[in-house]
Amino acid sequence: MSQLTLRSVFKSFGATAVVRDFKLTMRDGEFLSLLGPSGCGKTTVLRMVAGFESPSAGQIEIDGRDVTHLRPAQRNIGMMFQAYALFPNMTVGENVAFGLKVKGVGRDEREARVADMLRLIGLPDLGARYPFQLSGGQQQRVALARALAPQPKVLLLDEPLSALDAKVRVSLRTEIRQIQQEMGITTIFVTHDQEEAMSISDRIVVMNGGVADQIGTPFEIYNRPTTRFVANFVGTLNTFEVKVVDPALGRVTLADQPLTLSDRPLGARAGDTLSIALRPEALRLGRSDAHETTLPARIDDVHFMGSVIRLRAMMAGVPVSLDTFNRPDVPPPVPGSMVEVSLSGHEAIVLNG
Amino acid sequence: MNRKFRPGAVIIVTLACLYFLVPLYATFQFSLQMRRGELSFDAYRSVLSSDVFLRAFTYSVVASIAAIIVGVLLIAPTAYWVRLRLPKLRPLVEFLSFLPLIIPAVVLVFGQIRLFGSSSILPLTTTEIGTNTLVVAGYVVISLPYMYRAIDNGMAAIDISTLTEAAESLGASRLRTIATVILPNLRSAIVSGAFLTFSISLGEFVIASLLNRPAFGPYLVQLGEDRAYEPAALAILSFALTWVLMGVMQAFALRKPNQRWLRRRTSAAGKSST
Repeated sequence: MSQLTLRSVFKSFGATAVVRDFKLTMRDGEFLSLLGPSGCGKTTVLRMVAGFESPSAGQIEIDGRDVTHLRPAQRNIGMMFQAYALFPNMTVGENVAFGLKVKGVGRDEREARVADMLRLIGLPDLGARYPFQLSGGQQQRVALARALAPQPKVLLLDEPLSALDAKVRVSLRTEIRQIQQEMGITTIFVTHDQEEAMSISDRIVVMNGGVADQIGTPFEIYNRPTTRFVANFVGTLNTFEVKVVDPALGRVTLADQPLTLSDRPLGARAGDTLSIALRPEALRLGRSDAHETTLPARIDDVHFMGSVIRLRAMMAGVPVSLDTFNRPDVPPPVPGSMVEVSLSGHEAIVLNG
Repeated sequence: MNRKFRPGAVIIVTLACLYFLVPLYATFQFSLQMRRGELSFDAYRSVLSSDVFLRAFTYSVVASIAAIIVGVLLIAPTAYWVRLRLPKLRPLVEFLSFLPLIIPAVVLVFGQIRLFGSSSILPLTTTEIGTNTLVVAGYVVISLPYMYRAIDNGMAAIDISTLTEAAESLGASRLRTIATVILPNLRSAIVSGAFLTFSISLGEFVIASLLNRPAFGPYLVQLGEDRAYEPAALAILSFALTWVLMGVMQAFALRKPNQRWLRRRTSAAGKSST
């Protein structure tokens, strides 16, 4: 188990800055996801930790040891790649044993460790096969075993599930998480899939334009996004402009209806305009005593998604999405019909960035 | 699927086959007519029992093998480094690798003679070993387009950059990565390049002739001027050797890592589900 620290890391390619002032401290055995759109710098951060890219400035430490200028082979890391990267000329067993052989581990210990690793990934009988004889999911599990066999200090996962089909992706991510918890290895997982990041991470770093916009648990990232980008990128969001009435008490108005925000608009003054956001599940179809305000809305679209029905509507002059549970005895509203939507200020997120 | 019979295509394929096979058959037929009134392999016996032939053939085989070794040692690391670290230079390197197809071998040899002649700082042409070195260097240059392309295509097929990173993340040095991961996966590409180099170098005439070395190419030409049936027999032997090499090359290219030679695999090798 190891700690990983990145101190104000910068990376530029020519005049283009791809990572800016990236700071991170990971505790022992933590599973952290770097989440963000393509080109946000998440893979560059991972490659700098691996040693495949050198930071333009800043420092990277593993267990308190400065590894910034060490070659990848000297860092004691394990890595999984999107394209599996198993060695085609070697059997599954030889692939898993590769790192141990490089370290000079003796034959007996090596064979025992390979057998342990193959059992861990649930492929104990496939040691003699070649990568081309395995399915994508099996190949990626072997890649995991190969990365873990030399007992690295940090495990780096570079979108390892992207090339797999949806069903295998879900089962393999659960397996990766179980094995990571079992071995207690500090892990960084790069993904652009928010559901994937939410489901298996202890913490998530949401990256945007080379900067860590927010670092937090999946619960915090989803429910308390601190920037407009994070709020929009993670999950679906309905954004409204509200007028501040009493900033100290969090009182605002939305389409002349009163709302009381739990999230106080710091620094705002009475009369200011403010952006707030509400998740689709925070908007309730119909009038409800449990909610503060009710507004009229016109239904534009109805998407039946099984247990949930997502409605798209026009409310307070803006297009919104709202989710409602499917009830077989209550048919959903039809497009074009007028409905009432209830909402509360304490579920709203105040957007700063 | 029911394939439609296309008379036009059949005629074209037949004409192409005749174009290649009729001269070959005629040469073969001619090579068997050394003994008056009957067919025999006398021309082949005469060629194969000649000391001059054996010396020339051995010289060319050794020079070709040397060219293959030098070519692989020169081109494999270059192609690897260009793909890994200097991808922007790939078009330039590709262009350079094509130059031997554009510049005639005679220009190359005169260049060699000017640079390494008796009046130069490094007078290689004044010694036998020096001239042999120039012959091998010439063979490396003329086979460059084929060797480079074979190895570069092999590298494109295995994603060397990710494999290198995977090996390095497991603690392997760059040298170990090349020796244990990259080169074994380029085996069939290197074998293809090697056989192409061998085929080109074995019958090469201009370089060996102008540097005055006793190689197979000049021997073939000399024999053609002096004899009637033996050159035809040699032509057929050269064709047979080239075809055998092409067959071996194909077999290497199609071979899977766990496939044994001359034995059909019976163990389960199909894909399993996850």
